[in-house]
Amino acid sequence: MRARRIEETIFKGLMLASLVLVLIMLAGIIVITVYKGAPALTLSMLVETPKGGYYLGKEGGIANAIVGSLLLALGASFCSILIAIPVAFGLQKEYTSWRYAGFTKLVLDVLWGTPSIVYGAFGFVVMVYFGLRASLLGGIIVLTLLMLPIMVRSMEEIIRTIPLELKEISYAMGTTKIETTLAVVLRQALPGIVTAVLLAFGRGIGDAASILFTAGYTDFIPRSIFDPVASLPLAVFFQIGTPIPEVQERAYASALVLLLIVLCVSLISRILSHRFSKNIVR
Amino acid sequence: MPHISLKNLSIAYGHHRVLQDVTVNIPDKQITVIIGPSGCGKTTLLKSLNRLLDLNEDVKVTGDVLIDGVNTYDGNADILALRKKMGFLSQRPYPLPMSIYENIAFGPKVHRMSKDRIVQQINDLEGRMVQVPSKKNGQMDILVESYLRLAGLWEEVKDRLHTPASRLSIGQQQRLALARALAVEPEAILADEPTSALDPLSAQLIEKQFKSLKKNYTIVVVTHILRQARRIADYVIFLYLGELVEHGPAEKVFDNPSDERTRAYVSGEIS
Repeated sequence: MRARRIEETIFKGLMLASLVLVLIMLAGIIVITVYKGAPALTLSMLVETPKGGYYLGKEGGIANAIVGSLLLALGASFCSILIAIPVAFGLQKEYTSWRYAGFTKLVLDVLWGTPSIVYGAFGFVVMVYFGLRASLLGGIIVLTLLMLPIMVRSMEEIIRTIPLELKEISYAMGTTKIETTLAVVLRQALPGIVTAVLLAFGRGIGDAASILFTAGYTDFIPRSIFDPVASLPLAVFFQIGTPIPEVQERAYASALVLLLIVLCVSLISRILSHRFSKNIVR
Repeated sequence: MPHISLKNLSIAYGHHRVLQDVTVNIPDKQITVIIGPSGCGKTTLLKSLNRLLDLNEDVKVTGDVLIDGVNTYDGNADILALRKKMGFLSQRPYPLPMSIYENIAFGPKVHRMSKDRIVQQINDLEGRMVQVPSKKNGQMDILVESYLRLAGLWEEVKDRLHTPASRLSIGQQQRLALARALAVEPEAILADEPTSALDPLSAQLIEKQFKSLKKNYTIVVVTHILRQARRIADYVIFLYLGELVEHGPAEKVFDNPSDERTRAYVSGEIS
């Protein structure tokens, strides 16, 4: 009995320790970013584009990177949703045999694990072939490729948890597969779909390597999708690499902005997801 | 000729035979109860009637399921029209992920019923000419009300029709499921242990609804509760290990069974 009680205590302690470790890591990231970045985070930092000498510590801001990152991530999220939802539903057993679905999922898992620099290199090769230069469009396309596996796999997992009985009820009323999918399964899966989009968005907006060659970098806000575009991860990367302390501070401020954007999107998706789940039976 | 009739029906999942050579006519406008021990093929038999079995992989069906004289396992059979004829209640009542109102309107909307058709349906149901309010969706409002009344749920939900159906109690959800199934204008109601997730009072309400609905609908209920079978059955089908052991009017099967296994089951020796 004593041994079992000790075992219980040890495992409880282990869980608590792991939880604390995770919280410390998160707190550490936030504290360091705020501590180093907050002093540099001024209004002009948020609303101005870099002026001459910005990278030497003079006037200007990172509005180009904020706008750029939002355009890239929102554009890629939008494209990914359009492709991911049909794929995720198509992987259901009503539409695809388990053999084929299993193979597709394996491919997606490999893509999920592929380093983003590989996406960047791939995108770059394709763009060179078509004679495109680094642009917002190129960045969106590569980010879409990067986000798709994440979205599809997360959505598919959610859709698979939907009880067969619910679908049976719908089919029993004489609905077709697509009617059941759109009117019942989609609604039931909506909160999970929102979460899947958030997950992919977070990965997309934070990625630097894939857009390094494909979206480029510029001090200006793009006027069309064929213009190069700046992004927050690259802004962090370029600024932290300089020897000038003021500019390094600005790198942390840029990171802080990135964190805040992800936080906002998480909160919004939480609210949406909660709103969508009121109709759902568990 | 009865609406539903089975001829030499055998069903297997892969190599596992679940039903063997079942031949029976299900009497119209009565409550037919399928009884038998767990795993004897009751649910499989029920789901073969509206081809819900198709959702399972690797199902082999031989023999005929005749609905209004049409073999449903014929390759040309219109499965959607067939399922429309067969209302279905599942063991656990899942509301569709929408409001109470939309749950009832779902079927008529999916089947793209015209306004006139809906008015016709209400008149048929109520047996009189119903005055339809001229506001938008007036006929659907009346339809929803009619079916919620028919399922004995109207008084409890009339003030919150547009709230999520998931907030209803589980007993109310099963009556909602009944109303939703009836709104598609089926000829028969297939119920798979419809009270097994319900409290006794809600279960009693469902049984009461079945008894009043049988004057217009053929009802087939799967149950493993013998006392429930005795309370509601007009006709009984007893399955044992995939075999149709005995079928006949309820009094005959319960009071004077001809097979030893039936006697053992209804007397409670085996369960």
